[in-house]
Amino acid sequence: MPGLGARLGRGGATTFLQDLANSDCIVIMGANMAENHPVGFRFVVQARERGATIIHVDPRFTRTSALSDLHVPLRAGSDIAFLGALINHVLTNGLWFDEYVRHYTNASTIVGEDFRDTEDLAGLFSGYVPAERRYEFDSWRYAGQATDPAPSEDANQDSQAYDQRVGRTDGALEVDPTLQHPNCVFQIVKRHFSRYTPELVEETCGVPRKLFLQVADAITRNSGPERTTAFAYAVAWTQHTTGTQMISCCALLQLLLGNIGRPGGGIMALRGHATIQGSTDIPTLYNLLPGYLPMPNTAQPSATLADYLGQVTAPTGWWHHAPAYMVSLLKAYYGDVAQPENDFAYDLLPKIGGDYSFQPMLLMMQEGAMQGLFCMGQNPAVGGQNAHLARRALANLDWLVVRDLFETETAAFWHDAPEVRSGEVRAADIKTEIFLLPAAVTPEKDGSYTNTQRLVQWHDKAVDPPGTARSEAWFIHDLACRLKELYEGEDTPAARQLQALAWDYPDTGGEPHLDEVVREINGYTVGDGRLVLDYTALKDDGSTACGCWIYSGIMPEEGRNLARNRRGDERASLGWGFAWPANRRMLYNRASARPDGTPWSERKAWIWWDAEQGRWTGHDTADFPATKPPSFRPLPDAKGMEAHGGDAPFIMMADGKGQLYAPTGLRDGPLPTHYEPWETPVGNLLYPDQPRSPSAKLHDRPDNRYHAIGDPRFPHVITTYRLTEHHTAGAMSRFVPWLAELQPEGFVEIDPVLAGSMSVDNRDWVTVSTLRGAIEAQALVTDRIPPLTVHGQRLHQIGVPWHYGYTGIAVGGIANDLSALIEDPNSLIHEAKAFTCAVRKGRLGDVGSDETVTDRASARGAG
Amino acid sequence: MSVASEPQESPSGSTGARPGAVGFLTDVSLCIGCKACEVACKQWNQLPADGSVAGSGLTGFSYDNTGDLGATTWRHVAFVEQAPAPTGDLLAGLLGSAPTQMAWLMLSDVCKHCVNAPCLDACPTGAIIRTRFDTVVIQDDVCNGCGYCVPACPFGVPQLGEGDRGAHKCTLCYDRLVDGMEPACAKACPTDSIQFGPISELMPRAVERVTELQNRGVEQAHIYGDRAWGGTGGINGLNAFFVLTAPPETYNLPASPQRPSDQVLPAFLTTAAAALGLGLAAVAALRGR
Amino acid sequence: MALMRPLRDILRRHVGALPNPISRSTAEAKPRIRDATMTVSVCPYCAVGCSQLVYAKEDRIVDIEGNPDSPINAGTLCPKGAATSGLVDNPLRLTTVKYRPPYGEQWEERPLGWAMERIAGRVKATRDATFEERDEKGNLVNRTLAVGHLGGATLDNEENYLIKKLFTAGLGIAAVENQARI
Repeated sequence: MPGLGARLGRGGATTFLQDLANSDCIVIMGANMAENHPVGFRFVVQARERGATIIHVDPRFTRTSALSDLHVPLRAGSDIAFLGALINHVLTNGLWFDEYVRHYTNASTIVGEDFRDTEDLAGLFSGYVPAERRYEFDSWRYAGQATDPAPSEDANQDSQAYDQRVGRTDGALEVDPTLQHPNCVFQIVKRHFSRYTPELVEETCGVPRKLFLQVADAITRNSGPERTTAFAYAVAWTQHTTGTQMISCCALLQLLLGNIGRPGGGIMALRGHATIQGSTDIPTLYNLLPGYLPMPNTAQPSATLADYLGQVTAPTGWWHHAPAYMVSLLKAYYGDVAQPENDFAYDLLPKIGGDYSFQPMLLMMQEGAMQGLFCMGQNPAVGGQNAHLARRALANLDWLVVRDLFETETAAFWHDAPEVRSGEVRAADIKTEIFLLPAAVTPEKDGSYTNTQRLVQWHDKAVDPPGTARSEAWFIHDLACRLKELYEGEDTPAARQLQALAWDYPDTGGEPHLDEVVREINGYTVGDGRLVLDYTALKDDGSTACGCWIYSGIMPEEGRNLARNRRGDERASLGWGFAWPANRRMLYNRASARPDGTPWSERKAWIWWDAEQGRWTGHDTADFPATKPPSFRPLPDAKGMEAHGGDAPFIMMADGKGQLYAPTGLRDGPLPTHYEPWETPVGNLLYPDQPRSPSAKLHDRPDNRYHAIGDPRFPHVITTYRLTEHHTAGAMSRFVPWLAELQPEGFVEIDPVLAGSMSVDNRDWVTVSTLRGAIEAQALVTDRIPPLTVHGQRLHQIGVPWHYGYTGIAVGGIANDLSALIEDPNSLIHEAKAFTCAVRKGRLGDVGSDETVTDRASARGAG
Repeated sequence: MSVASEPQESPSGSTGARPGAVGFLTDVSLCIGCKACEVACKQWNQLPADGSVAGSGLTGFSYDNTGDLGATTWRHVAFVEQAPAPTGDLLAGLLGSAPTQMAWLMLSDVCKHCVNAPCLDACPTGAIIRTRFDTVVIQDDVCNGCGYCVPACPFGVPQLGEGDRGAHKCTLCYDRLVDGMEPACAKACPTDSIQFGPISELMPRAVERVTELQNRGVEQAHIYGDRAWGGTGGINGLNAFFVLTAPPETYNLPASPQRPSDQVLPAFLTTAAAALGLGLAAVAALRGR
Repeated sequence: MALMRPLRDILRRHVGALPNPISRSTAEAKPRIRDATMTVSVCPYCAVGCSQLVYAKEDRIVDIEGNPDSPINAGTLCPKGAATSGLVDNPLRLTTVKYRPPYGEQWEERPLGWAMERIAGRVKATRDATFEERDEKGNLVNRTLAVGHLGGATLDNEENYLIKKLFTAGLGIAAVENQARI
């Protein structure tokens, strides 16, 4: 997640679930942990039982709130105002962890004179290009840096991959150790947040001052050498046009409080799928290569390998090693074809030139540019934003391959979707050729998942899949072999690319030997095929091959797959599974010790410098060069890790420091700023002229229309979410009777005041609508989603679980029929956690008296 | 600590269980309402989903769509929403105190495995037994579905199955206990809200927990199902007992559950009386010849 | 009735302590996993990563429960994890290949090999017709934007590796995405 990456160096959770039990205070915000990560939540309960304060900040009172000491209901999407006010509280009351901040963050670094803050420019940072809704980053750089921190990027291109190079520097940085220089990071941050007051929180978030101050008091009281506070978040932070900055704001706060890299501290990113972390590390993402190497992009110098490496290699910090990782990847991909003479077949690797992320893909299908699609365990007909548009996009494909356990909505859209049932669309008019292939499920195959704390765990096959169900490994291997055969002897650019691909996995009954795949991911010496011990053995000369450098070390010797390690303990459980990188369980854990290498306190000791042995030791693998002493000081022109001192815990960063101010890596600003959600009932009190994200990526088109700010037709805020009893778009739970019966159909949560105003009783049908679509569901009238007072006005929020669809046992209206395509400029994630809607009593198709309701007919737009 | 065979009053709490008795301690203050217990129970005992799945199965009772314990639901999580005091409270406004927090109470209900079980008393066929673990089990191969146990239970636990002729309820995973395994619900519970063990260990833990909760200001914390603390009226001890943080009625548990047999003759007596009556009638008939 | 009470109490205590006869099923009761094979797995649902024990008999899963050795879940599971056996052993699961021809109005069953052959053919045809060696600015790009991929967050790491390798590095499919942005 770039929000963490830009400030700390890596996008992964900084800590691990078990460590939450060591927290003195846990703030769960942007997550409903008890409901969506119930087993992880047991460590929160343990912390509470040991006396920790648990705070849940959320529009709804959920099962998480029920077990918390304090529930803070806030308006969906106003999180940065709240977090920013916590930062301001810390800074104006002298509550930051001074020694930590001075040594471990870039607080003292001086920023260039050209930089202008949103406070100076009424809601914009310097460098804004209005016509393209994007920033030029030049003015954000540090003082005295001759070169751009990163080249300006094309508007169509995602910067996620570049977050690793944040703070890229050439030569020494100008610093002011007194933190008094008006342009030092500390002062800039202080000024930036100076108007984020408890009063603003009350007005903007709908959170009473008193309640806000209770939170501020709890987190500051529980931070410092003796105590730590942890934050936990999930997609209720990511799914906003400002989602990345919400997370980055949390990282900023945690850096100021000195809570990163310390036991009981950190930021627990709660991922939602079994290996969503793994599928980002070893990505099935358009803009990434394994190990967070960016995909080569024609918007930047990328014509040759040297051009590319020039972009991704940082002079200082860990990314100095990027060439070894990239060349080893090319060797893993293209085998013998990849040679020094041909730039290791770099030319064959496709280059991206635009945004091909999930939402633009739907538009590419809709417009006919994309003709064929594979869906493997994903269900865009329900899970896709503006799902109605998503289904029409599917109907415009020439062919579609769906691999799943059940006949999902994505497989069944042509005969079972609401628009087909209603007669609006006829199956006989849909051209898509569809292959629905039965897939295997976890206990039917060997393989590994990477959980929310970067922990890779192997699952052993127990039984064969039923009938003709097969694993994805089988499918991809079979397809690869068939295509290789089809292209045999052809001499075209397309054929040459595939012919060069190294694909000689031994198989049994079509199932490729996964040990071979794990070997390739781990890396080996090309000459003798011997496994490398870890990524420090990788070379940039073609003598090693490695499929994903951050996983290197997972199989340090033949037959020893550390993901299959199963020896846990009460502390870091280093013998259970394998955590990337290098089996480190807590990232940046050098920060758990003082600059001199001794623990901040006995109570919060985690790793420390053992002078006798001359190495870092403790409860975890040090996330730091093991033998670099605390006293180490770099030479002026040192490169790579030699350029970092012995007190620089953030090793991925060019300067080794946590970034309170991020000169690169975030496309929408070096600091988080409160912008309203794109659809909002109210304006922005801080920046009336710039109420919403100036760089959110919009898809404003007739079939994806947005509501204007304060549109009276759509007065309510709507938020979507999951329930404990179901999973994501429902394919894995709505077909399982034991789960289906627990939440048998969709519903809409409405507060009693709003319900009363519409004469809606509990379980009455209501219709919720936006300009994208309308759905019907029964109302669950509840005090758990209380109305708030925002800008002096009463505001109602509506809650809709997004699990439901039209196939399976438990069915219901598709919440994503209401949401819109829109993108956070960093992560390219949508905004389903806060938009606006109308609600009326009655069912779809009722002729209601409410004229503002669009229902499907008007939502169809230019369809 | 061993429990004497004769029920004893103890200031530290007791269900009056027999030696070697095992049971559940269900602590509502740790429950997150996840329903893992419901599913783990169905999974292990291979119980089907209830019939109401398709169509309008939404009960509207908070997040409880199971409704109650039944023939195919042996763990049931109740959800109770308690609204906060009105936010416009003048006094609170004057004092500047934070708005009162609302509460969402969750309780995983289950067969209580009563020390003196009314269902067992009511069962005319001997299908309901007290096992060597001091748990109460309906034996499927004996039960004829007469249904006497159903009204006998003051908690509404045993129910007749729709598809078969038998009465069903929690067995405390009798088959798992045979091999020393923990019952499925307690094993699955992520937050240890459901704890399984010998009553002799669970009860002191419950007493300690109640004290702890009271010290934290949860004044209403108490044990439901012990004897010394008087929580269960005429039923006396429950081997599946609860730490509650609100009065039992809040969770739809009877404040003073009664044994029906305190009002009527136990089944074995009526059976004996009936037999006696029949015998007498036969004698009379013979005499009449 | 006053006289009845002591008698009833005596009888109840006596009968209560006196075991009813144990039936055959009770006498023979044992956990069905006693003689099953056990393998270690990971829960397929969320990202907490609970370890599971999978019990099988004759290639059929008879029970899935939490692994007590795991430092994460210590034997516990949530309702979804506890329902995993109902996901795997589920009558609604697909076990055959279904095919819907263009404009078709119902599913048709097809052999797996037939489907694979046809899919390979469609991939090749679409790819060949749309493959860009160079983009409009003349940059060497070796890609096709006409084929896309969705999914991965529920698959294995090794499968994700193979998907990216084949689709992107081997076929030039640039639009490979998963649920990370959902």
